[in-house]
Amino acid sequence: MATTQYLFAGFGGQGILFSGKFIAYKGLTEDKQVSWLPSYGPEMRGGTASCSVIVSDTPVGSPIVSKPDVLVAMNLPSLDKYEDSVKAGGVIFVDSSLIERKVNRTDVTVYYIPATKLASDNQMPTLANMIIVGKILKELGGYNEETVMSALKKVISAKRADMLEINLKAMNIGAEN
Amino acid sequence: MVVFEKPHALTDVPLHYCPGCTHGIVHRLVAEVIDELGIEGKTIGIAPVGCSVMAYNYFNCDMIEAAHGRAPAVATGVKRANPENIVFTYQGDGDLASIGMAETVHSAARNENITIIFINNAIYGMTGGQMAPTSLPGQITQTSPYGRDTDHCGFPIKVCEMLSQVDGAQYLERVAVNNVKNVKNAKKAIKKAFQNQVEGKGFSLIEVISTCPTNWGLTPQKALQWVDEKMIPYYPLGVYKDNTAEKEAE
Amino acid sequence: MADKVLMKGNEAIAEAAIIAGCRHYFGYPITPQTEIAAYMAKRMPKIGGCFLQAESEIAAINMVYGVASTGLRVMTSSSSPGISLKGEGLSYLAGADLPSLVVNVQRGGPGLGGIQPSQSDYFQATKAGGHGDFRMLVLAPASVQEMADLTIKGFELADKYRMTSMILADGTMGQMMEPVALDYDVKPMPEKPWATTGTKMEREHNIVNSLFLQPDALEKSNLERYERYKYIEENEVMYEEYMMDDAEICVAAFGIASRVAKNAIVEARKQGIKVGMIRPITLWPFPTKVFEKAAEKAHTFISVELSMGQMLEDVKLATKCKGEYILCSRVGGMIPSPEEVLAAIEKANGGAK
Repeated sequence: MATTQYLFAGFGGQGILFSGKFIAYKGLTEDKQVSWLPSYGPEMRGGTASCSVIVSDTPVGSPIVSKPDVLVAMNLPSLDKYEDSVKAGGVIFVDSSLIERKVNRTDVTVYYIPATKLASDNQMPTLANMIIVGKILKELGGYNEETVMSALKKVISAKRADMLEINLKAMNIGAEN
Repeated sequence: MVVFEKPHALTDVPLHYCPGCTHGIVHRLVAEVIDELGIEGKTIGIAPVGCSVMAYNYFNCDMIEAAHGRAPAVATGVKRANPENIVFTYQGDGDLASIGMAETVHSAARNENITIIFINNAIYGMTGGQMAPTSLPGQITQTSPYGRDTDHCGFPIKVCEMLSQVDGAQYLERVAVNNVKNVKNAKKAIKKAFQNQVEGKGFSLIEVISTCPTNWGLTPQKALQWVDEKMIPYYPLGVYKDNTAEKEAE
Repeated sequence: MADKVLMKGNEAIAEAAIIAGCRHYFGYPITPQTEIAAYMAKRMPKIGGCFLQAESEIAAINMVYGVASTGLRVMTSSSSPGISLKGEGLSYLAGADLPSLVVNVQRGGPGLGGIQPSQSDYFQATKAGGHGDFRMLVLAPASVQEMADLTIKGFELADKYRMTSMILADGTMGQMMEPVALDYDVKPMPEKPWATTGTKMEREHNIVNSLFLQPDALEKSNLERYERYKYIEENEVMYEEYMMDDAEICVAAFGIASRVAKNAIVEARKQGIKVGMIRPITLWPFPTKVFEKAAEKAHTFISVELSMGQMLEDVKLATKCKGEYILCSRVGGMIPSPEEVLAAIEKANGGAK
């Protein structure tokens, strides 16, 4: 009876909601029960954004993630705010190009990845979020290009099919770093 | 030889209006127009809240009673549901120009293909003679017992003038029904307003300067004179906007 | 069976409405339900429907009144402050016995309040939607799937009983995404001989109206309406019972609160506490008899709500105040945590020892 609760957090405009959506869709393609709940409010760009994602073998109860198994922090305020909420034994992914400090907790596994820098180095400045997603998949469940692609096709509309390859490339970079 | 007949579009229900009130004339004009255009079977009328609230009993076409001021919104719903229906609202000054001002302006702005018959008698009749948005400066009413003080409660709203600045409005005319000549003109205007809708020409509003002898405290005859002496000078009759001619040329 | 897709609750409502045959939507933007309007704006023109952004909530509900008068399926949606503005129209719809669907994706109040989820419009929805004696069918979804299912059901019930169905959701239900299958056999619309579609000179005129100046006539119309309500109370109650078989503690919760409560109940059961939940799906008609029966075994009722105990009153009435009662609530856009609910359950359990 496995349930994984994710919390994605960062600035609005970093693709926080999209990366959460991808994880939810990937769960759906694997016949899991899933939920995705965004923070919502007046800050469309630049404010804080977060979303709760639950992927489970059993029906999802509350869709609100207050004690995540997995925290993705894409800016310092998010790490400051949510670090303590992560379950003991949980995992934190940190965008180390935007967050200079280290995680204080010693009872969690931490992965540092300079996602924003990798994204700009690879001419994909808007895809730091998907680089982190690649990293998550690799560290938590094994990275498989085929299942990743089939989930991508669900979350990216046919009209924007030209975005598939670059998203896959971003995740490959994440998986390799 | 029949010299006088009730229009088919009116029911046999006796009107409840006060002696000398001109609602009856305007009801008849609307009904005659519906008859002449042969549209009774597809016409939906929307009654307001005010003295003409029970207009739904008087017209033979399908009728809807709306909340106070909301008739143009209700008409919008009906027309959008069945564009082939002919939809008219019949509203007084409190209904149309006070509580329902937003609905009035926005139905005009959207150029809803509807017909609005707007009865302006410068007073709230049904509730017993209170100040209306169209009450004249200095006019004595139950809620302006010392005369409408424009410093205190503002100025009357000239609906045709105001709506003439709204791009969506297509046909706006102000008429009166206080003498035979004016009644004939009023009929012509009302007919055009319905004809516009039949031809898909869009939003038409006819403002009818009317009387309220009971609440004005005048005899029916004096009330008709008051229209000439006080109302029409403040609310000049005439066509305030007519885009329908252009449409024909197109 | 249709494939499951991930959808936001708000979008699921919109798509389900279209499947139900609704081709007219009127609304005014307000967070957190604007996705419904956006979805309709995109879809309606492509299927010959009508999306119209009204100048106000008041205008929107009256446009609904207009379309409903013609017998077509029609809806509007809003969030708490906007529903207050629609109150006038809701009363007129009831007075004229018109069917419609109204969605309230609740946010915190009173006043402008906030934009985060709330259930504090429970009284308004179940008891006081507007002036006068009337009821609305109030449906409370607890998943995105139910947002869609209850929308279909809402239209069917509205037509069947000639009244307004209100979907009473909240910000989380509107904003969250879950897998949903939109696979429905929609019942055909009943005949509506009362509709104002034009006499075609073939029948007497129809009048849609809520004015009765004769008090005896108005009384009669009210009494007839309440006969209908009584029938609905007997026949249309919907609820979910969760682990209630041996429950000595009964949680009452709907919508998002029931989701949180389930987590807590699972934990409490691990401790051996005999706790279950009744989740009303129809808030009106309220599952009174189900609570009454639960009171035979349960000594304590815990109402988990995003309001100051508005539903707790109905729980007390249903159980004739025979039990102990605990309110477990957060308000203003806050949501009780599973830990808070568990604490309430443990308190109820300790109190019984």
